[in-house]
Amino acid sequence: MESQTQQQPEAPTRETTEGRVYTVTGGDWDEIVTAAAKADDERIIVNMGPQHPSTHGVLRLILEIDGETVTEARCGIGYLHTGIEKNMEFRNWTQGTTFVTRMDYLTPLFNETAYCLAVERLLGITEDIPERATVIRVLMMELNRISSHLVCLATGGMEIGSTTLMIYGFRDREIILDIFELVTGLRMNHAYVRPGGLAQDLPPGALDQIREGVKTLRGRMHEYDKLATNNPVFKARLVDVGYLDLAGCMALGATGPILRSTGLPHDLRKSNPYCGYEQYEFDVPTADTCDSYGRFLIRLAEMEQSLRIVEQCLDRLRGGPGRVMVEDKKIAWPAQLSLGPDGMGNSLDHIRTIMGESMEALIHHFKLVTEGFHVPAGQAYVAVESPKGELGVHVVSDGGTRPYRVHFRDPSFTNLQSMAAMCEGGQVADVIVAVAGIDPVMGGVDR
Amino acid sequence: MSDGTEESAAAEGAEGAEGAETAESGVPTPRAGATELEVVGVRHGMFGGSNPSEHAGVGGNSGDTSGYGRLVRPIVLPGASPRPYGHGWFDECADELEGALEEQGLDVGAVIEKTVVDRGEITFHVEREFLTQVMKTLRDDPALRFELCTGVSGVHYPGDRGRELHAVYHLRSITHNRLIRVETSAPDDDPVIPSTFAVYPTNDWHERETYDFFGIVFEGHPALTRIMMPDDWLGHPQRKDYPLGGIPVEYKGAQIPAPDQRRSYN
Repeated sequence: MESQTQQQPEAPTRETTEGRVYTVTGGDWDEIVTAAAKADDERIIVNMGPQHPSTHGVLRLILEIDGETVTEARCGIGYLHTGIEKNMEFRNWTQGTTFVTRMDYLTPLFNETAYCLAVERLLGITEDIPERATVIRVLMMELNRISSHLVCLATGGMEIGSTTLMIYGFRDREIILDIFELVTGLRMNHAYVRPGGLAQDLPPGALDQIREGVKTLRGRMHEYDKLATNNPVFKARLVDVGYLDLAGCMALGATGPILRSTGLPHDLRKSNPYCGYEQYEFDVPTADTCDSYGRFLIRLAEMEQSLRIVEQCLDRLRGGPGRVMVEDKKIAWPAQLSLGPDGMGNSLDHIRTIMGESMEALIHHFKLVTEGFHVPAGQAYVAVESPKGELGVHVVSDGGTRPYRVHFRDPSFTNLQSMAAMCEGGQVADVIVAVAGIDPVMGGVDR
Repeated sequence: MSDGTEESAAAEGAEGAEGAETAESGVPTPRAGATELEVVGVRHGMFGGSNPSEHAGVGGNSGDTSGYGRLVRPIVLPGASPRPYGHGWFDECADELEGALEEQGLDVGAVIEKTVVDRGEITFHVEREFLTQVMKTLRDDPALRFELCTGVSGVHYPGDRGRELHAVYHLRSITHNRLIRVETSAPDDDPVIPSTFAVYPTNDWHERETYDFFGIVFEGHPALTRIMMPDDWLGHPQRKDYPLGGIPVEYKGAQIPAPDQRRSYN
């Protein structure tokens, strides 16, 4: 094609042994279409990503397309691999929580809780975690479930052109992030859940703000329903797209909304309750459509259920401040955080005590903070129901003060495998919808 | 390190024989209720510095002159458990599995190296050559029916001679609401474990990940390529002999060594 003279410098065309390679940057579609029309082969391989707004981070989709039909679809992942699992082997058990919170950055509190439950099982202190800490964990996880689902709906909406859905989703997520900021000091990367309990109790006024937030969210939930559920354009894009039935889910290990969209009410909170979930009243929403639309409906319904659980948590937390760390001084972090004029940080009272009053307290603090605690050798696997599915943590201890091995079975990683099964044979435009329905977060996929 | 590895090898040999016997005859080991311990390595000193499991020298590179650097302690994991396993369904599940394997004409003692019950979890240590068959049995037998595999997790025990690389599978039965762990191992100089892809297609990416990070070759996997690291990467980063890396940084006027070079406790 020698006639192509006005080539853009940032979008060069080059010949390779595999054929001609075009780099598309937007605005140059005419050139590509002309070139594709001239080519004798209908088959084109499109590299979508790793930098693409609708790929949920740095996901690379390799699509072989024949006209508008996707004949083969593959994922390229690993662009966000940060070696968290390896790094944790060089930090003590408590520091691990600051690492795992950065894995799936939309579900930090699930990562933290799952990790801490596993460490606690290794320590054999599962029963000793104060009730209040457990209830706050549930409260934070359920709020986190809503915020994660909201991002899923928001980005999914944006990708199919529904910017209203995006604005709504991010608007309401902000309410939850404000609560997180009040309680943990940060909007994400909280490191709030610690082995043995929590970094600190709820600050004054938190219960009121959460109650207020829940009220606002309850009032707005129907907006998503009104905007999208019966919207013909929305339905046309989602119904029967990203089909994966029960057998497919089992074979591919898909869990969470994908599995529940096949009609199977599998939820670890019901089947293997942890953190006292058996004491809460909630339903497990399902759909029987096996498609992206069913997953959307499930996420909507799950947010409602999460609000129900949050309200039950609020009732249980009425008693006011209480213990949120195990009694065992050999494990319990010696101080809680406190809110100072420059934000959340060390408790000045605690520093006054250890620096000015008690030598023994200083020694204890120093030993626990620098050395950490020993965890008896063995291994444990704890799974929690994250918004995306089964989040499993496999922790191995060699009896030392640092994890010997930590492996996260992130639901995004496993669920993303089903992309090929959902997309092959479908239209190119449906790939976006199918991937949005999987709700992969690359921080969790690549870890 | 020589004294330590001998110790571990000896303990392991004894353990292996005992585990087989327990599985074969169902005779409980003398200490009922207690789990035997299995030595997988030795710990040197108190202050890590460099990679503690790899460098066994006195105090590693930490500059430790406290004398604690001469401490040598075995690293022991829970070993084979005696019958009954308890916890409600553990015995039933083990019976079903052993029965199903016997029906297939297999010698249970040769297939299941040992069964470990620890912290309310049951682990079947399976010899690698029978892994696929055991997994298939676990999936298909109506009394077992572990439909869902939650993937593979690799663990590297450089001190566990002859079985340095472990592959750990967690299987979930939604039908019976059970969770078990299947563990298999391979030596460093023959890091081959049969692929379970044909039984659990979900392990496609998980096996690629474990290959990428530990160098375990899953024989029979349709396309065992790296998944996280770049294709031309050298080495397998999550093995214990692979350094974490990092450079010293300056913080408030002081040089802070890289994380794996810091003084730490083990």
